[in-house]
Amino acid sequence: MPDDPRPGPPDPTRRKFLYTTGGSAAAAVIATYATSTPDAAAQRSSSEPIAEGPVIEGAVPITLRINGKDRQLRVDPRATLLDCLRETVVLTGTKKGCDHGQCGACTVHVNGQRVNSCLTLAVMHDGEEITTIEGIGTPDAMHPMQQAFVRCDAYQCGYCTSGQIMSAVALLKEPCGPDDAAVRELMSGNICRCGAYPNIVTAIQQVRKNA
Amino acid sequence: MKTFEFVRPADAAAAVGSAAKARTAQQGADVRFVAGGTTLLDLMKLNVETPDRLIDINRLLLDTVEATPDGGLKIGATVRNANLAQHATVQRDYAVLAQALLAGASAQLRNMATTAGNLLQRTRCMYFRDTAMPCNKREPGSGCPAITGSNRSLAILGTSDHCIATNPSDMCVAMAALEATIHVQGPNGARSITIADFHLLPGSTPDRETVLEPGDLITHVTLPPPRAGSRQVYLKLRDRASYEFALASAAVVISVSGGNVTHARIALGGVGTKPWRSPEAEGALVGQPADAAHFRSAAEAALRDAKPQTENAFKVELATRCLTHALHMAATS
Repeated sequence: MPDDPRPGPPDPTRRKFLYTTGGSAAAAVIATYATSTPDAAAQRSSSEPIAEGPVIEGAVPITLRINGKDRQLRVDPRATLLDCLRETVVLTGTKKGCDHGQCGACTVHVNGQRVNSCLTLAVMHDGEEITTIEGIGTPDAMHPMQQAFVRCDAYQCGYCTSGQIMSAVALLKEPCGPDDAAVRELMSGNICRCGAYPNIVTAIQQVRKNA
Repeated sequence: MKTFEFVRPADAAAAVGSAAKARTAQQGADVRFVAGGTTLLDLMKLNVETPDRLIDINRLLLDTVEATPDGGLKIGATVRNANLAQHATVQRDYAVLAQALLAGASAQLRNMATTAGNLLQRTRCMYFRDTAMPCNKREPGSGCPAITGSNRSLAILGTSDHCIATNPSDMCVAMAALEATIHVQGPNGARSITIADFHLLPGSTPDRETVLEPGDLITHVTLPPPRAGSRQVYLKLRDRASYEFALASAAVVISVSGGNVTHARIALGGVGTKPWRSPEAEGALVGQPADAAHFRSAAEAALRDAKPQTENAFKVELATRCLTHALHMAATS
């Protein structure tokens, strides 16, 4: 917003702002736990990798290979893979829609298979390979499916789009008949409340025909 | 979600041992096995399931599909629904199972959901899923608001004054028609249970859905050898074309010789409190001509004892037509 008269640091996105303030609030909580485990940080050997994640009672250390990179994490056993990706690893391209496996916005790949990340626990995937929307392409080098979604205008509000694209990329390697009906059937786990379905099918079929 | 201890046992024996001290293996269980998690985590988020301990069985190597010496099929507990549906033997010899699996859920959920988990899939009854409401299945004795409430999707076969919740599984309906056997490892050793005996009618104890006891771990399912020349169809009718639970479904395994039905195994989904095998329909078919009139009367026999609820009388005719059409599809396939 060029006309925005409000002072402030250059381009503070809303998300960065939330994480900054959230971090301050969390620091106080961490301090409380830290006093009950004196010098925990000092006891940690300097070669030991520092795990990302909340310092909370009962947190479990796991390693996830996310978009080709090993991430050492501490997770609450209750944390879904979705919440772990968004809140701990801060990969927010994966979206939380219904949080009950009914909408598909949270679709990611685990060991190459598409799954609803909201219905699986992060701790169940120790040592496994996770691919998110951030891992298949970048704004400068988009995946062919991302290019097709842009070309075909296969979204409106965009909230379901990363899940749609992750499903569509997985579909390319699944048994799927050639016609639109087969694509619609295999994409039925991804709901689009804007109703961009016709263009989503067109985008997927373009990629399949060019594959 | 309530806190719980997450355990990953080294082998099946350790898993059984870890679960054996549980109070119950039914609703309210303090110990749960988790595989795909697609039902369990959904219900844990709703506080319908509140286990103290979660035992991850995903790495117990129960994920293979193998031929059995008698020519049947052995399906591991953690074989994913998607993998089972695409397995070459299942596609060739147990087509009704492949069709049922592919008619269920979404591609993502089928990549997660497992054989054993689907045997234990919980009802979608909205009162069961809402802890603010009474529900005899969730809290025995609290009542069943579904009987006088929103029951359009609920059961018309096998109901009781205590519960009318529908069993939502597609896979189990096909397995009922295929006469599957469920193999369990428990604190007192291994045992096997036919699928007909595995699920319980609600009666006065709807919280008790299966014969499983604390520590019982489903290790695999076996299917008998395929009947040569049998024709198989799974037909599912629902409110939308995909990714929806059945209002009515039919699994049909029939053999036809000289224009007459010589063998029939029939099961219904979406209408029963358990996967609904119909000996009535089977009896009405065998020895009779494979024609429209006999298909219709067999389907009517299957629904003869139906007790429609206030909102779902349509299911009686829908299920009758579903089975009639499935028989027609099978006979002409």
